[in-house]
Amino acid sequence: MDPLTTVEIIARVLYQFTPVWIALILLFAVSIAFKRRLGLYGKLFDSPIGMIGFALVMFWVFTGIFGALDLIITHDPLGQASGMKNKVPGTPLRGAEAGEYAWYLLGGDNLARDVFSRMVKGAWVVVQIAPMATVFAFMVGITLGLPAGYYGGRLDTFLSFLANLILAFPVILLFYLLVTPEIVNTGVPNYMAAVLFAFPIAFIAVLLNSRYHTRPKFRTPLMIGVLGVAIWLYLSLISSDGYLVDSATISIPALPRMLDLFDIPGGILVVFVSVVFVNSPTVFRIVRGLAMDIKTRDYVAAAQTRGEGPWYIMLWEILPNARGPLIVDFCLRIGYTTILLGTLGFFGLGLPPESPDWGSTINEGRKLLSIYLHPALPPALALLSMVLGLNLLADGLREESLKD
Amino acid sequence: MGLFILRRSGVMILTALCLTFIVFFLTNLYPNLEKLAKTQGNFRMSDEAVESWLGSHGYMQPLPVKYGQWLGVMPGWTHVGEDGVTGRCLRGTVTAEEAAQSRKLCGILQGDWGYSTVFRDEVSGIIATRLGLTGKLMFWVLVLMVPSALLVGVLAGMREGSPLDRTLSTFSIVTTATPEYVSGVIFIAVFASSTVGLKWFKGTATSAMESANFENFFLPVLTIALYGMGYIARMTRASMTEVMTAQYIRTARLKGVSFRNIVMKHALRNALIAPFTVIMLQFPWLLNGVVIVETLFNYKGFGWTLVQAAGNNDIELLLAVSVVSVIVVLATQLISDIGYVYLNPRIRIS
Repeated sequence: MDPLTTVEIIARVLYQFTPVWIALILLFAVSIAFKRRLGLYGKLFDSPIGMIGFALVMFWVFTGIFGALDLIITHDPLGQASGMKNKVPGTPLRGAEAGEYAWYLLGGDNLARDVFSRMVKGAWVVVQIAPMATVFAFMVGITLGLPAGYYGGRLDTFLSFLANLILAFPVILLFYLLVTPEIVNTGVPNYMAAVLFAFPIAFIAVLLNSRYHTRPKFRTPLMIGVLGVAIWLYLSLISSDGYLVDSATISIPALPRMLDLFDIPGGILVVFVSVVFVNSPTVFRIVRGLAMDIKTRDYVAAAQTRGEGPWYIMLWEILPNARGPLIVDFCLRIGYTTILLGTLGFFGLGLPPESPDWGSTINEGRKLLSIYLHPALPPALALLSMVLGLNLLADGLREESLKD
Repeated sequence: MGLFILRRSGVMILTALCLTFIVFFLTNLYPNLEKLAKTQGNFRMSDEAVESWLGSHGYMQPLPVKYGQWLGVMPGWTHVGEDGVTGRCLRGTVTAEEAAQSRKLCGILQGDWGYSTVFRDEVSGIIATRLGLTGKLMFWVLVLMVPSALLVGVLAGMREGSPLDRTLSTFSIVTTATPEYVSGVIFIAVFASSTVGLKWFKGTATSAMESANFENFFLPVLTIALYGMGYIARMTRASMTEVMTAQYIRTARLKGVSFRNIVMKHALRNALIAPFTVIMLQFPWLLNGVVIVETLFNYKGFGWTLVQAAGNNDIELLLAVSVVSVIVVLATQLISDIGYVYLNPRIRIS
């Protein structure tokens, strides 16, 4: 079989992405048709920059999802084919069997794996971790930042000192200290997970209680239901094999295995925790600044006069009014988290070495960069376009939210 | 003002203490020490051999004691072995009399930064040479980054919404979206690889440590500068657009001052106050970029040292690295606060 020409490669790559194109077109058609009823999300479709950004982001989100469903990839991202080591894009697979895709569309890497499939699978790693890690960082930042900004005083001084302490760490040093296998054995990341993941529960509890505490008959069942589910999820998240930490010297039992809903692979949990840990102080500072600004407004004074409790004011008066900047920062922060994940992969920290995430792939590809370009460039460009999309999306959102 | 600087310095010292204690705690966890013992001794050590090696090198003492010794507020450990005395303040094995005569305190307060287990050398010497190399890199990064970022920002913010603004804003968004390990890889691929064939620059900067020239030093400098540039340019643009809508600019325009003069004489100075803070606060970020770029281009500076020390659990070198970086971070924050007050007449006079 002949090697593919450049045009053929492009055409075939585009064809492989068919499910993504269909999903994108459907999403855009529906969104544009109903954009007047969709609030800020709908307004996004008035700004060309925002639309381009949103399209780029959703492209990678759909790629991640369909890639995880094995709709796009042509080969097993971990499988090695003989004679395909460092082969250029479009090389036919030697001895391809029936039903097997006959080419390596973007070539093979130094272990003779398909670069295209690895890039698509890498999107799934990012789509899984980055948004969730950002949500958790926001929960931590909001839960601590609101009281710090609202009360001020000693609490503020103490929390700000802690935040600045973490920010003064060089990020890469922190990663090296948290993510090496020796530290993982001691269980430090598990303790941090137990602390950091408790913040969303505290957030939900305070959020609901401050709103409904005047109607105990409605509040109590609601709180039991919601918190029950949340705590169950929390316990299944932090426990693996029935233990919170299970090492030679110490083992702390947690949720029994039969109740454990899901297990996060050890590497991913550590990466997740360190990314949340690095991101939350910045969110804390933003929320604190916004809270300090908004607490001087008239509607806060009105709520205080009405006799509302401080947490009600923080969560139901200040927080909704700070949503504009927070949404914009959320988009930017997902991009930053993607960059951090790539940094971790680039230094070979956390994720297993054969993992197809973009950072690890770039790190592997760079070693032979002066001779073979194709293993390193696709993940590099993928990461670039995804972060670019998030930045453009944030820009579009900022422009649209400033209009009213 | 004096009180402000004093308070900030106090906070700075407290932060440095907390931070080094955290690093100390994490690097002194037992699995890390075990790895250290095995890399320093040999890989087939039994558990008992590991413990005795750690004991004879002073690692088995309680954590606060070890921290106190490193700081230099507690007397350094000594260990009496078969062929003499070893200790924190002693170099090599010495006799008991010599050990009795040597100084008792040797920590960073006495100017003794310890001994690196990876490079087998004094930490202070390593840090000094590596910082010098990184200083060279940072100097050229700043020379390239600051003027071009300010130029891009001012040109973009001069006429908001013009095609020039759109182009330059897109450019700065693209640069902020490109982390160093992506842009570095792309630059090496395009300008240094034999596949594309341009070969304008070298793909490594190892030779730049002795003699830096345009060919071997431009790519690493450009890679760091680009990532930081977009952010500064966007801040400058935001500040410039704000200034351009101010009352006094409108007055100047109504008086008939030419656009060129408005920008150069009225707007520019006021627009450059905010970016100053941003540039100073960009330093900690640059530190990050330095680590990535030095690894990518194999330039053996401060960031490269950090990776080596962290990868091999070289405790005293890591502590020195964190002390230096925390000082850099906090000092730049202090300078940016003071500079902001001096630059902005509204704060200075009131």
